[in-house]
Amino acid sequence: MSERSAAFAHQFDDAEQQHDASTLGMWVFLVTEIMFFAGMFTVYVAYRSLYPEAFVHASHHLDVLLGGINTTVLITSSLTMALAVHAAQLGRRRPLIIFLLLTIVLGSTFLVIKSFEYAHKFHEGLVPGPWFSYHGPDAGGQQLFLSIYFAMTGVHAAHMVIGIVILSILVWQARRGRYGTSYYTPVELSGLYWHFVDIVWIFLFPLLYLIGRHT
Amino acid sequence: MSEHVVPVRIYFIIFATLLALTALTVIVSGIDLGRLNTVVALAIAVTKAVLVILYFMHLRYSTGLTWLVVSSGFVWLGILILFTMTDMLTRSWMMLTR
Repeated sequence: MSERSAAFAHQFDDAEQQHDASTLGMWVFLVTEIMFFAGMFTVYVAYRSLYPEAFVHASHHLDVLLGGINTTVLITSSLTMALAVHAAQLGRRRPLIIFLLLTIVLGSTFLVIKSFEYAHKFHEGLVPGPWFSYHGPDAGGQQLFLSIYFAMTGVHAAHMVIGIVILSILVWQARRGRYGTSYYTPVELSGLYWHFVDIVWIFLFPLLYLIGRHT
Repeated sequence: MSEHVVPVRIYFIIFATLLALTALTVIVSGIDLGRLNTVVALAIAVTKAVLVILYFMHLRYSTGLTWLVVSSGFVWLGILILFTMTDMLTRSWMMLTR
């Protein structure tokens, strides 16, 4: 591991500059991710302003308890991810692998709970499209809300799946002794990605699950 | 590397704060505050996001250039939503919507 430490690509002055450049590059990517989700958040804001009541009513179809549990699971996975990066910084290989595995387990738990929620929506005929079976007075607006719900949580879940694949590669590499105190950039940058996905959910939970609770 | 190592204690404090804010947002959503419900929910979500970005994502210890890039992302998010809504909300008098 330590042989790698002195090495940095020839265009950089030193390892620190290389590290700063990697971090900046990851953040530039995450800004494009912000814009990617921004489009969907804008659609949400626009249609909620047009159909405020339908959005509130449709929110009642979502299970606040399951959503709340998933929020807790995801925040806990962010903690274990932060602890994994911490272990990598200190060059502790075993804790690094354990915290990465914990993060993978928590991420998978989130996806399992999400799939139960999706299955429930299919059973209740709440999936927008030809089989949409809710026929209330504001069915159109509710179908819009549920379309946005499936699009946003679906894309979010896809990010989780990608994150779990990346973390699995990190575990494999960590087991091979690829990371040490002087080189752990992939662990840190993957952590940034994982936390970003957590932040998206931090906004999705209140905007989708909680808007109908006070009525 | 000169990367700042954040004490584990700070991670747990942030974690506990995030959980408390999650509980708070669920509790407040059950109280009818009218239009303020959305404002409070967003204020709590933004607070949580800022805590994650500053501490879990180490932005607090990052270079000025990284700060600039991160801020630009949220500025453009704001522009997108602001300009879309100034359009949406000023159309109704023409009866183009609904």
